[in-house]
Amino acid sequence: MNGYFAMATGLAERVDQIFVTFDHWAVTNTPEPLRWLVSILLIVVPILAVFPGLFALTTVLERKGLGRIQNRYGPNRVGPYGLLQPIADAVKSLTKEDVVPRTADGVVHYLAPLVIVSTAFLAYAVLPVGRNMIAVHLDAGLLFFFAIGSATELAVFMAGWSSRNKYSLLGAMRAIAQMISYEVPLILSSIAVIMIAGTLSPEKIVLEQAQYTGIFPHWYVFTPWGFAGFLLFMTAAAAETNRSPFDLPEGESEIIAGYFVEYSGFKFALFFLAEYLEIFAVSGLGITLFLGGWSAPLSFLAVIPSWIWFFAKLLVMIGVFIWVRGTMPRLRMDQLMNFAWKFMLPMALIDMVCAGVWRFLPGGALWVVLRWLICAAIIVVPYVALARGLEQGRKIEQRVYRYAEEG
Amino acid sequence: MTVSFVLLALLTLSAAVAAMSMPRLIHCALALAVAFTGLGGIFLNLGAEFVGLAQLLVYVGAVAILIVFAILLTRGSEVSMRPGARSAISGTVIALAVFAVLAHAVLTSGVSRMATTAVTPSNRVQEIGVTLLQQYVLPLEVIALLLTAALIGAVILAWREKSPAAQEGAETR
Repeated sequence: MNGYFAMATGLAERVDQIFVTFDHWAVTNTPEPLRWLVSILLIVVPILAVFPGLFALTTVLERKGLGRIQNRYGPNRVGPYGLLQPIADAVKSLTKEDVVPRTADGVVHYLAPLVIVSTAFLAYAVLPVGRNMIAVHLDAGLLFFFAIGSATELAVFMAGWSSRNKYSLLGAMRAIAQMISYEVPLILSSIAVIMIAGTLSPEKIVLEQAQYTGIFPHWYVFTPWGFAGFLLFMTAAAAETNRSPFDLPEGESEIIAGYFVEYSGFKFALFFLAEYLEIFAVSGLGITLFLGGWSAPLSFLAVIPSWIWFFAKLLVMIGVFIWVRGTMPRLRMDQLMNFAWKFMLPMALIDMVCAGVWRFLPGGALWVVLRWLICAAIIVVPYVALARGLEQGRKIEQRVYRYAEEG
Repeated sequence: MTVSFVLLALLTLSAAVAAMSMPRLIHCALALAVAFTGLGGIFLNLGAEFVGLAQLLVYVGAVAILIVFAILLTRGSEVSMRPGARSAISGTVIALAVFAVLAHAVLTSGVSRMATTAVTPSNRVQEIGVTLLQQYVLPLEVIALLLTAALIGAVILAWREKSPAAQEGAETR
């Protein structure tokens, strides 16, 4: 019995590390002068293959999901269940004419999609997608992620400005205002995790969480500050990536498509790709920071390889994003700004204080429960007070329709 | 002098030259952003992770955006500016003079007389954080206070312009 168990865990370990082992094998079996090239390619090519593949899958999932939510079928013509739709889309975007406006600033117009896609790809360098599976071992990995993410704003501006279109310029201004505003709560909410883990390295943050009490994991989302931080982080992430309900920069009904309205054909596809890559990257970071990264949700489930857990969590996050997009109306610009500065920012600061209290309260038997309650109170009381205060006495009532009849 | 340093230095220098000589102001700002990126790359190349990434985060992510926005909001995107050729000579003289003064100041200060021993850079962000919050906590707090005061000052300046006269056209918020 024991022998079987040992064999099973050994096998699980091997399957878990199969890519790492393959990587190592391939590098050691190439002649010395080519090793650096092979080791670089083995890191870069999977990232360039897997995440665009996920993008192709997500476009179908999203359209299917939105279709379901809106009580229609979604794509169902190309291939079984419309699964080959991304291929049709790719062919279409490759064969479309690339229209550049006559007054556009040619070089900047050309560079913008390239900059946005390359920065989106760079963010994956510090994302641990499995045990020992991270492209670059950076001590300040989180800082790298945010530094690269901030370069996207410039690319958005380049696209919006160079198109010489008032809608694209408006979209770019909106996008940058929104990104700058929501970058603050995004970074502040991850600081709580950095304070507790004591490191900026995503690998070590995951290792901190990949421990178990009994069968339950030490994920940060199960602590009061972690839960609040996770919600703040994902809300800010949705805004950072211009996802609905924060998709004002692209608001089709008001400014057509925002900053990329003058892009067609493959350049448009690049913007589309970059947007989804950013969503995956920031969701992946949220998983790394709060949901235990590649670690299994229950200790005995660790036999399933770590990379499967990471991508399973990522798919769940994508599902939630699709669900939110299908059900939430778009915010107004002033609501967006108020929400960022009057609600998200104070809550992120309170979350940091809560994490500090959590860190320094003693960890005795009684204190475990007490600490949890104290920290929960630190989050909940300001939350209620802030929400009440921002409501300013307005009551939320059922909306009365004056012209439309209720069915 | 490694290859990566030469490439980064060339990128930074050519972007800096472009930032000074491009006819369009927005192009200059974008070239400046490239120069900032190259500078961050040089820091990273030297093994100073924190400084390099902070350079990217602050200069490319915030300062470049601020410059671009300021240009856009004050001048409009159509204005094309020729760099003033008339003041080229006087500009060069002033730049050289400033450089000479700065170089003199640096060379005569205590920094240049300090022993330059090759230290492996302690690039651990944790160490930087601990030093910043223990040894240098007072300067840090003073700077924080100064920045807060500047921020509040900016808000007050922005408020004053709206409040007295321009009521009808201004935003209500």
